[in-house]
Order: sequence, then structure tokens, then C-alpha cells
Amino acid sequence: SFINADFNIFRYHVAVMCLENIMERVIVSMQDPDMGMKMRNQRLLITVIPHAMTGRDIVDWLIQKYTITEEEALHIGNFLVKYGYIYPLKEPRNLCLKQDETPYRFQTPYYWTSTRWPASELDYAIYLAKKNIRKQGELIEYEKECYNALHKRINHTWDFVVMQAREQLRASKQRRKADRIVLECQEQAYWLINRPPPGVMDILEQGPDRRNVANTRVQLVSGQMLAIFVKYCEQYQDHDPIMQGCLPSNPWITDDIMYWNMNSETVTMPTKLRVERWSFSFMELLNDPLGRKELLTYLEKEFSAENLCFWQACEEVRHGEASKIAAKVDEVYKQFLAPGASRWVNIDSKTMEKTLEGIKHPHRFVLDDAQMHIYFLMKKDSYPRYLKSELYKNLLAKAIVPQETKKSVFPFMRRQRHSSPSPALVTQTAEDNGKAKPSAAKANAGTASQI
Amino acid sequence: MAAQEVQPSETIAKLKSESEALKTKLEEERAKLHDVELHQVAEKVDPLGQFVMKTRRTLKGHGNKVLCMDWCKDKRRIVSSSQDGKVIVWDAFTTNKEHAVTMPCTWVMACAYAPSGCAVACGGLDNKCSVYPLSLDKNENLAAKKKSVAMHTNYLSACSFTNSDMQILTSSGDGTCALWDVESGQLLQSFHGHAADVLCLDLAPSETGNTFVSGGCDKKANVWDMRSGQCIQSFETHESDINSVRYYPSGDAFASGSDDATCRLYDLRADREVAIYSKESIIFGASSVDFSLSGRLLFGGYNDYTINVWDVLKGTRVSILFGHENRVSTLRVSPDGTAFCSGSWDHTLRVWA
Repeated sequence: SFINADFNIFRYHVAVMCLENIMERVIVSMQDPDMGMKMRNQRLLITVIPHAMTGRDIVDWLIQKYTITEEEALHIGNFLVKYGYIYPLKEPRNLCLKQDETPYRFQTPYYWTSTRWPASELDYAIYLAKKNIRKQGELIEYEKECYNALHKRINHTWDFVVMQAREQLRASKQRRKADRIVLECQEQAYWLINRPPPGVMDILEQGPDRRNVANTRVQLVSGQMLAIFVKYCEQYQDHDPIMQGCLPSNPWITDDIMYWNMNSETVTMPTKLRVERWSFSFMELLNDPLGRKELLTYLEKEFSAENLCFWQACEEVRHGEASKIAAKVDEVYKQFLAPGASRWVNIDSKTMEKTLEGIKHPHRFVLDDAQMHIYFLMKKDSYPRYLKSELYKNLLAKAIVPQETKKSVFPFMRRQRHSSPSPALVTQTAEDNGKAKPSAAKANAGTASQI
Repeated sequence: MAAQEVQPSETIAKLKSESEALKTKLEEERAKLHDVELHQVAEKVDPLGQFVMKTRRTLKGHGNKVLCMDWCKDKRRIVSSSQDGKVIVWDAFTTNKEHAVTMPCTWVMACAYAPSGCAVACGGLDNKCSVYPLSLDKNENLAAKKKSVAMHTNYLSACSFTNSDMQILTSSGDGTCALWDVESGQLLQSFHGHAADVLCLDLAPSETGNTFVSGGCDKKANVWDMRSGQCIQSFETHESDINSVRYYPSGDAFASGSDDATCRLYDLRADREVAIYSKESIIFGASSVDFSLSGRLLFGGYNDYTINVWDVLKGTRVSILFGHENRVSTLRVSPDGTAFCSGSWDHTLRVWA
């Protein structure tokens, strides 16, 4: 209908943002008559080329315009050259930005990569043929090879190639020398990008083809409830090794693995930060195997350990092998849900009824409702009481605050980087000793280590 | 009375002005709901100090572009995959290579470490996701024990184990995501809704662990319910392909990195974009993003070989890291937040701290 037609016309005129468009915005800014680059005439031997700029000027402009460092400006400037939006007047083969008096010029939009006219073999052949004629056969190595290969491949049109080349050379001879030099540089820069010499990175390489969609979108307005992010970042700041460092030291910086040893799953006395973290949320306590162990100890004292065991068993159903679901659900029923079960869990009657009905046809999610009920029961009741308990408080008081280890004073005496047993080896040893069936061990190791 | 003949162009013009009026009204209504943006809420937060992060390890061994990497839960091992089909498991701390597998395809764009540390999953142009158990027996050919799990109809772009070694979530160039049972290779659930290639995914760290987010070439980030297969939320504010999505550590939001040279933060409860991380001087797309442990920092790997470090709350860039000599294609913070690893088209991986 009309509305759709209108919308489609609207869509068609909206530009799709991509790398080239973004780069072109930069180039257009650089050419702004008021705020853009100051350009000057550049003398090349006896010819004067207008509208040139120095590498130093380019870097300075980028620094000033985007409030960035010299390093970053040089980095960006290099890309503008590598992608063919700016080309060097001297040493035109070397597509890089030098931060000195080296002269550069803006590439004509005709040759921008975004223009997308196909850089065909025919065009390349004509270009090489022109060069060949001008330099009287003295092409550089890889160009010679390309020229000969093209000559073979499109031999049937070679007369046309040579005729075109001669015609274009004749036309260019009628131009002023400055214009001729500029046109040659522009063309050369274009071909350096579209047919990069061996060893030079192909900037046009993109990876496997993707299907995209071109359409408009309406900008969303930002929302509320953002204070939680500030709060979360503040709470975890001391626990963030990249932000605050970690004690005794960051293993990656000092090569000392004490930090990992002190925070391992099997450590006897945890660090203070670690124990503190359990108080941030119920999930933090459960996610830490040591925390989970402590919680179990506490629950045993309260005679409600079956809740945690039930929750864990449900996790194994949810995340285990599809083939084992029925057997596991049956086990769960026998241990936790059946009347008179040894570790009966106290679920509300409605949920219990629904669950018992559901397990007649067991599937992966059949225990979800019951599991959630028990989870929130622990979270709302047992967890806050655990945090107030003597068990937790004593552990927190005894928990370790490691001493800081400084990086070695003598840099040449680098600490030896010790290897650690591979997790794969741990399970294999268990297998070898006949301790556990392989898949069970893996499943348990997998699910027990995190929610 | 003679009927007036309405010219088609008049109708279009009329409809256009009507739709413009509607749009304006919509924006006004939205603006009323407008509260504050994240950086305004964070005005009183202390700014971050000088940031010094360096390359602490360089992993050399891939013969071609590194495309993906993942950390092992042991906080020091990683798996990486590359364009030439090689998948390597390293102890990044010692820089030793521990396992190597050659896939029968090129462009292995996805790899993941199993939670147990006993297996890795990978795939790419073969349209599959395969699981290799890690054996330390030097004589054992890892490729022989390979298990084919996922089958898509186009390239595999990302994969992730869920909470155990037994299930894998995948995304593909065929526009879908899927959940698979590893043991049987059975498809447990498929997720349809993207209008183009899906490039990335991330599992939610929520209490109930039932959702994940995906990003695609349709510029959309979709949040999915793993049980039902339904798309429960959708965000469309990027202006180009979304290459990477990652949850904020609390699970209340997620960040995205896109070819439009921006990273963005989406609040799940507010159902909106709440921050944009961009700078006029950043021209190239962001390929991969991840948060520091506290969520205060967002690391972005970019196609201009750099890594930009963002203050998530204030929206400013705190640091730019140079070092790679080609695109940064993949970036993950280690499980305990002590470092992050970046992989690049320059064939290397770097660990930064």
C-alpha cells in the first residue's frame, strides 16, 4: 500500500553505516574550508603541486580535532593512507603516514574504495601497459609478473589494452605537468590497494561473506533504574584485580601463582575478600564450591541440608545428558519427593502436586518449579541466617589477608613459571584408579563448579 | 458533485506528513519517560585513575589468523582457533601448548572450553560444532575421538557450553541459534527470529540460568528463553552488524560491539539502551567485548588492531592499548578477572594485565 511504498523510499535514502562511510566523514572534516586542513603548494623537483599537506600537519590536525594522543593520531592517519583516502606524493609505493614534512594529498572520490567500481583485470592491464610504455619495459618485479600473467589470460583483448593505454598516455601528455603527476599518483595509489604487492596486507579482506539487512531504525530513549550499576561496580571494585590489583600479587604480572593457590577450591583457609564476597548475594555463595560446602555444614546443623542437596540434584537433571534424565528424575523422586523419603523436601502442596504429576513423563525441566521454590526458600531464609551465624562470622574473622609480594627487584631473575596439572589429567587419574565413571565424573565436575 | 481526483503524489505527501507527525508524537511520549542516562547517574562516582595494562604473555604458534578463544575455568588455560583449521589448547601462564587439533575445515570461527576442562568444542565453515575430549596421552589422536554435535546449514559463528559439559549452545550464519545435547547430538531447542546471520551469543549469569543473548547481521540483539525457544526481548539500535555480546556480571544488562564502531549497553529491566561507548576518532568496528570482574571496565577489541578500555559508568574511554599488528578478532577476560586475552589476525594471542 502507499504507506509501505513511502517507507521503502525513505529506507532507500538512509545510508547504511559502515567503515567507509565513517572514514569518509573524517576525510570530509579534514577538507572543511574553515576547520579543515591547511593545505599548501608542494614542490616536487621543478614542479609545484597544489593542495598538498605534510604528514606532520595531518597528525597535528587529528590530535587537535579528536583530542587524542600523538600515538593514536598516527595510528588513525596510517589507516587513512592504507585505505586510499590520502596518498603520499613522494615514495608513492609506500602507503604509510610519516609524521614529518613528507607531502600527501587527498585521493579523488572517483578512486575511493566505497565507489565500488570493480577493479577489473582489464583496467589493471591497461594501467600496467601504460606504466610499461612510460618506463620502457622497466616495471618492478611483481608488476612484471602480473603483466605477463594478464597478457596470457586476456590475450584476446590485448590489442584493445595496448590501444587504450596509448590513448590515455597521449591524452595525459596534453595536461600540465603538475596535473599529470597528480593523476599518476592517484591511479598508482588506487592500484596499490586493489592489487597489493606480495607481502603487503590486503586491506580489502573481510572474512567469510555475511548476509546483511539494510533498513532504518528508530533511536531508543535511555531508561531508568540505573543506580544498580553504580552500586554493583562499587561493591565489587575491591574484588576486581584489573581495577584494584590483588593480593599477594597478580600472577600474570609477577609470575607468582600464590594468588591462585590461596584461592583454590581445596584451600583450608580462604581469604577475607573471598568470604566477604559470599555476603554479596546468594548466587555468590553457591557459585563458590567452598562457600557451598560451608552452607551445607550450616544447613546440616539446622537439619535442612536436604534443600541444598535437592537443588544440586535438580541442577544435574537440567544440565546432564538427555539419556540419563529419566533415571535421575526417578532418583530425585525417591530421595526427596516420595512420601516418607529419607531427605524429604518441604515444598508447598500446589508445587508438589504439579511436580509429582509431571515426573510421570520426565523431561529436562520437570523439576524446575520445585527447584525454584527451594532455591528461593534458601535465599530468603537460610542464607540471611547463615550470614549472621557464628560459623560464618568465625570464618570471616580467621580468613587470610595476604601480604603483598612485589615484583622481583632483579628483572633478569624472573621467577620460574610453574606448570599446573591439567584438568584433563585430574579426571583421567580418577578414571585410571577406577574412582568414578568417566561421564559421571565430568558431569559432576561440570555442574558442581558453578550454577 | 464531481469527485476530486487525488494524485498519487499528494497521497504520498499527505501520508508522509502524517507519519512524520506520528513519529514526533511518539518521540514526545518516549521523552516523557526519559529519566537519566547512565553517565548522569554516575556523575558522583570517582573517576578512574591512570591505566597501565601491558602484554604479559604472547602466544605464538598459530600459522594464520586467530579467530576465537576461550578460557578454561582453571584461570590459566585457554583454547584458540584459527583460519587454517588449527585449534590449540595452551597453558597461557607458561605459554606451553598442551594440545593441538587440525579441523577438516578452514575458518574455525568458534571455540569453547568445557566447564570441566576436559574437552573443547569448535566449528566454523564446516557448519558443525564438534567436541574433542582432551587426552594427555601423546599417542592418542584427538581427532579420532571427535564427536559431531551441532549441524547448521551455514557457518558456525559462536558456541558455548551451558552449565555442564553436556549441552552446547550455538549460533550460525543460517540465522538461527540452537541448543544441543552433546552425548546424543540431539537438537534440544532452536531459536528463530534473526533476519540474517547470527554472529555471537552469551549465556546469562542469572539465578535461574535460563536465558541467553545473541547478536546478528540484522543489527539486532535478541534475548531468548532457553526452555521455550521464544525471543523475550529485542534491541535494535546499532547501525551495523553486531559482532559481540556479553552480559554485565550481575546479569541485569549486556554490552554489544558492532561494525558501526560503537559499543552499547542495554538494560534488561528498563528494556532500553542506556549507554553508548564511542568516539569520533574510533572509525573501525568493534569485534569483541568483555567486562572486568566488577563491571566497571569494558574492554573492546577493534578492527583497527587496538583495544579500547571504557569506563562503563561514565561512558568515557580510559585507555587505548596498542600491540597487535592486525585486527583484534576475539577478547575474553579470565574467569577470576586477573587478566584478559586477545586474539588477532596477526596470528598471535596476548594476555594483558
